[in-house]
Amino acid sequence: MIRYIIRRVLFLFPVLVGVAFCVFTLLYITPGDPARMILGDMATEEAMNRFRQTEGLNDPFLVQFGNYVLKAVTKGDIGRSYVTKRPVMHEIMQAFPSTLKLAAFAMAIAVIVGIPCGILSAIKQYSFFDVITMIFAMIGLSMPVFWLGLLLIILFSVQLKWLPSSGFDTFKSMILPSVALSAQAISMVTRMTRSSMLEVIRADYIRTARSKGQKESVVIWVHALHNALIPVVTICGLQFGALLAGAILTESIFAIPGVGRLMVESIKARDYPVVQGAVLFVAVAFSIVNLLVDLAYAFINPRIKAQYK
Amino acid sequence: MENSAHGGNDLLLDIQGLTIHYVTDSGTVHAVENLNLRVGRGETLGFVGETGAGKTTAALGIMRLIPSPPGVIKSGRIIFDGNDLLEKSEHEMRSIRGAKIAMIFQDPMTSLNPVMTVDKQIAEMIRLHRNVSDAESMRLAGDMLELVGIRRERMHDYPHQFSGGMKQRVVIAIALACDPGLLIADEPTTALDVTIQAQVLELMKKLKRTFDASMILITHDLGIVADICDKVAIMYAGRVVEYAGKRELFTNPVHPYTIGLFNSVPDLDEDVERLAVIPGLMPDPMDLPTGCAFHPRCAFALPECSKDSPDTVDVGDGHSVACAPRAAELAAGKGAGK
Repeated sequence: MIRYIIRRVLFLFPVLVGVAFCVFTLLYITPGDPARMILGDMATEEAMNRFRQTEGLNDPFLVQFGNYVLKAVTKGDIGRSYVTKRPVMHEIMQAFPSTLKLAAFAMAIAVIVGIPCGILSAIKQYSFFDVITMIFAMIGLSMPVFWLGLLLIILFSVQLKWLPSSGFDTFKSMILPSVALSAQAISMVTRMTRSSMLEVIRADYIRTARSKGQKESVVIWVHALHNALIPVVTICGLQFGALLAGAILTESIFAIPGVGRLMVESIKARDYPVVQGAVLFVAVAFSIVNLLVDLAYAFINPRIKAQYK
Repeated sequence: MENSAHGGNDLLLDIQGLTIHYVTDSGTVHAVENLNLRVGRGETLGFVGETGAGKTTAALGIMRLIPSPPGVIKSGRIIFDGNDLLEKSEHEMRSIRGAKIAMIFQDPMTSLNPVMTVDKQIAEMIRLHRNVSDAESMRLAGDMLELVGIRRERMHDYPHQFSGGMKQRVVIAIALACDPGLLIADEPTTALDVTIQAQVLELMKKLKRTFDASMILITHDLGIVADICDKVAIMYAGRVVEYAGKRELFTNPVHPYTIGLFNSVPDLDEDVERLAVIPGLMPDPMDLPTGCAFHPRCAFALPECSKDSPDTVDVGDGHSVACAPRAAELAAGKGAGK
């Protein structure tokens, strides 16, 4: 198991270098002169040349990339913001807690609502509850988050005046963005739980459990759920990764100072190092979540644990 | 021998007129029709029939585990140990399942929970029906494993770490863990290799004696019936068409379907080019023939066979058969002084 974890962590590095390379290349070939951006329109040609020299902007592409990776790995330094002049890492770390909080809230809602709804839908297949749940799941999956977010704001902030439309400091202000962001995750988790559960409750070992004289509640919540959870955990993990990365729209609509909004602001300001750093950071977060999901498998499914040796 | 304490009879299970239907959108499946069956204490009943004859449905009916919907128990009585199981509440049934009637399923590969160690699966059964501590139930689970020939060290293993035959041993250990009066084994060896089949059958024979249980052995293998059963019930299209002691049935089969079954088993002593097969196919259980369900395939069929469903007639020595022409023929033969 330990060896498996180490191997998986080592596998992370090529992935991250790949991501870094893509982002770095994209920004390198994007038009716009960083020296001009930072020093401003009034800067002399001489000053700009000096800046290019010290920042290594005149070096060949691969050397620049090599330096970037080297600094990132050895010092955790992924550059300085052109706009605020602060280290990119600092900017991201300031924004990340909001994003993490938002994603965690949305995920918690998805799990708390999605899994029970999926189970009930499965054990009462084709019932009224099942049909309604599946309709809502379909709507939730197809509704874009920016539209749902605006509808929620119109209803709860503008009309009813129950909840604030922006900010992320109080519990009340976190409700709307979390709900908006979780809509797709709830739908995915519900549908996955339902289909996985439907498969499992027809299994022979469920019949075995019933033939022991076991209570129906234990049959469903212990025997069936444990088996049905295996694919659900995958979906939850992928969704959580997506929530971390995909909160850009939600953060913009609700004016939440998270990584997503930092990214949008930086793109607008052509603050390349921050864009680069933020994308890289999201990629790291996504990979780590994936790794954790894979490890969580082993605890749920003994057949996979056996392969981890 | 004499179990006269229980109402003066030694019948453990008496099924009367059991009818089970599956009601689906495309029609009603007559899985079990007016089934009558008796199992005595300590007896092993072979329950024989083709795939789709309704054997498993009947067994699940006894356990009251018919998936519903679409399954419906339309009518009948299942008298177990003097009480009608069909009148029991679900709560009462739970204390009967496992404790008094246990079931072994066909496919050991899928009948164990893949994410639970085997000792827990056995202990679950013990804790449900016996008043013992967790630790005690685990110890007893280990005992059960040893009883079915699996080393105690392996009790914390998961099902996927066992072979098919070993898994079926675990399933048997679960079924017998609470010393049930009746064991229903639904084709317990069909999914296993031939060599393993023999071992598992031997084990079941031995344990049945040790636990002094009655058993219903569902199978389509007449060889297994000859090996371990006392009585045999032949099922066709949801009904028991012939019921007799093993020796009587094997030497003197009466129902045309039973005769057809025996003829379709290869015989080592005779050198035949082709096996005698029963012509035609099992009828569609959604659309059973009128009268006797077997008459379209029957060599003995008379015009009236398509009209009335035959009554079950006792032809002597507890040998009963549901075939009017053959029963009449037999009665005439006996009357002629044979």
